[in-house]
Amino acid sequence: MTQPVLSVRNLTIDYVGAEKDFTAVKDVSFDVAPGEFFGLAGESGCGKSTIAFAISRLHRAPALIRSGSQILVAGRNVLDLGDEELRDFRWREVAMVFQSAMNSLNPVLTIESQFYDVLKTHAGLNRKQSRERAAELLKLVDISPDRLTAYPHQCSGGMRQRIVIAICLALNPKLLIMDEPTTALDVVVQREILQRINVLRKELGFSVLFITHDLGLMVQVSDRIGIMLEGELVEANAAEEIYRHPQHPYTRKLWASMPRLHGAQIAAEATP
Amino acid sequence: MIDAAPILALDNVTKVFGHGDKQVVAARSISFGLHAGRTLALVGESGSGKTTAARLIMREYHPDEGRLLFRGQPMGKADAKGLRAYRTSVQMVFQDPFSSLNPARSIRHHLERPLRLHQRDLDSAQRKAKIEELLRLVRLDPEQVVAKFPHELSGGQRQRISIARALAVNPQVIVADEPTSMLDVSVRLGILNLLNEMKKELGVALLYITHDIATARYVAEDIMVMYAGQIVEWGAMDSVLDDPQHPYTRLLLSAVPDPDRRFDDTRFDIELSRIDHIRRQAALPQPDVQQVGDNHFIRPMPD
Repeated sequence: MTQPVLSVRNLTIDYVGAEKDFTAVKDVSFDVAPGEFFGLAGESGCGKSTIAFAISRLHRAPALIRSGSQILVAGRNVLDLGDEELRDFRWREVAMVFQSAMNSLNPVLTIESQFYDVLKTHAGLNRKQSRERAAELLKLVDISPDRLTAYPHQCSGGMRQRIVIAICLALNPKLLIMDEPTTALDVVVQREILQRINVLRKELGFSVLFITHDLGLMVQVSDRIGIMLEGELVEANAAEEIYRHPQHPYTRKLWASMPRLHGAQIAAEATP
Repeated sequence: MIDAAPILALDNVTKVFGHGDKQVVAARSISFGLHAGRTLALVGESGSGKTTAARLIMREYHPDEGRLLFRGQPMGKADAKGLRAYRTSVQMVFQDPFSSLNPARSIRHHLERPLRLHQRDLDSAQRKAKIEELLRLVRLDPEQVVAKFPHELSGGQRQRISIARALAVNPQVIVADEPTSMLDVSVRLGILNLLNEMKKELGVALLYITHDIATARYVAEDIMVMYAGQIVEWGAMDSVLDDPQHPYTRLLLSAVPDPDRRFDDTRFDIELSRIDHIRRQAALPQPDVQQVGDNHFIRPMPD
C-alpha cells in the first residue's frame, strides 16, 4: 500500500479551562490516501474544525494537543516541526480553505497582489512570473485572468471562494483542507465549485479533507467518510457503504433524520 | 385539488426597488394563495425574492402593483391600528433563533407580550396558564424554561420559543422564513415535526420559505420555485420534484445535495453545462403561464 498523505494517530485535543478541561477531540485516528476525497462530517461542536486547524497547526490556545498525538503528513510529524519548517510546510504541503469566502481575502489588495504575496514568499517569484502563474491558476477555477486587477469586493461570493482555492493550489500542495467551503453559498454555485475541485484533484493528484455538516453533499462527493460525535470518530468507511449500510447507531439516526428529495419519506419519530 | 378560497393571497403583485436604470424587480407578478391546514413552500437561491414575498405578506412592504387579499378583502396601506389587527391573524417565524429573541428579556416576557397586546381580555392568571400551554405545545417544559433567558437555551429550543410566540395570538397564517437553516440535522427534524403538527392540529396556513428543498418536501404539499423575482414553476410537491419542467428548476434540483446521486451521475449534465445561459434567460420576464400537469404550472423560458 502507498503511504498515506495524511495520517492522524491518537489525536487528542483539549480546550484548557480554568477549572476543568474540555476534550474536543478524543483519540481520533484516520488516514487520507493520495488523491483521495475524504469527508469529515458531524454536527456543530463535534470537533471537526478543531481537527482541521490542528493539521496545519493553526490551533490557538486554549486548545492544546495532548502528548501521544501524531499528525503525519507524508511521513513527517507536523507536531515536531520548528517555526521555519512550519512556514515552509504551510501552503506547500497543506493548504486550507476557510468557511467564509468574504473574509479570507484582504479587502484592500488586488487579487494579483494576494497571489504575489504567496508566490513571492514561498516560491521566490518576481511580479511578472507571479502574474503569469496567477493567470494560469485562475483559469483552473474558471475565472478570466483579467480579474487579476480586481479587488475582492468586485467579485461575487462564489468567485471569491474560487480565488481562494486557486491561491491554495498555487504551490501544488499534497493536501487541501476545506472547512465548510461552500456553506455560505447558493447550491448551484456550491455545485460548480465542488465539481471543479473534483476534476482538479483527479488532474493534479492532490487529496482533499472536506469538512461539512451537509451529509447529503458529503456522500455525493467523497470517496470515504468519517462521522464524528462529541469529539470521537465513531465510524469511517467508503461513502457508499456508510450511506447504504451504516454500522454505528448515531450514523443510522443521522440518515433517518434527513428528509428525502424523492421516494418514501422518513418517519417522523426518528429524532436522534 | 383545493376548492375552498385561500385565507391569504397575493394577486399579481409586483415590487420594485431603486430608481431609473438601477431598478431591481424583487417581485414580478407573483400570485399565490395560502389555505388553512396546508403548507406552501417557497424555494429559491438567496436574492431570488423569497424574503420580499414574506415581507409583502407581513405588510412590511406595500405592493407597487397588484393586491394582497386577506379572506378575500383587499388590504390597502396599513395604519398602526390596522397592522395590529392584521398581525393577530398573520405571524412570522424568523431564520435566526439567536437574534430574533431579546437577550435581556426572559422567555416569560417573550410569550407574555403578544398575549398582552393581542388578547387583552386575559387576566394575569389566564396569561400564566396560556404561557404554560404554549410551551407544552412546542414540547418544552414550562417549569424549566419560563424564567430562563435566551442565552441559556440551545438554538433548537430558541426556535421553539419563536414558534410559541407566533402561536400566542392564535394566528391563521404563519410565515416561516428559513426556520431550520441555522440548526443541526438532528434538531431540525424536531422543528419540522412541530410545523407539521401546527398545520394539522391548529389548521394554520403555513408559508415555508427555504433554500433546502428536502425539508420543503417534508412539510409542504405544494411548492413554488422562485428566481429573480418570478415564480418560474409551481404545483404539487412530488410532481415538481420528480418531473421538473422549467430549466431553472432542473438546474436547481441538479445542484441540490442528494446522497442518492453521486457527482459522476450524468442525469442533469445538460443543465449543468449551461448554467450561465439558464441564469440569464430565467431572469427575463416570463409572462405566459403553461399548465404541464394536474396541479403543475411553469412560466416558459425564452430560449
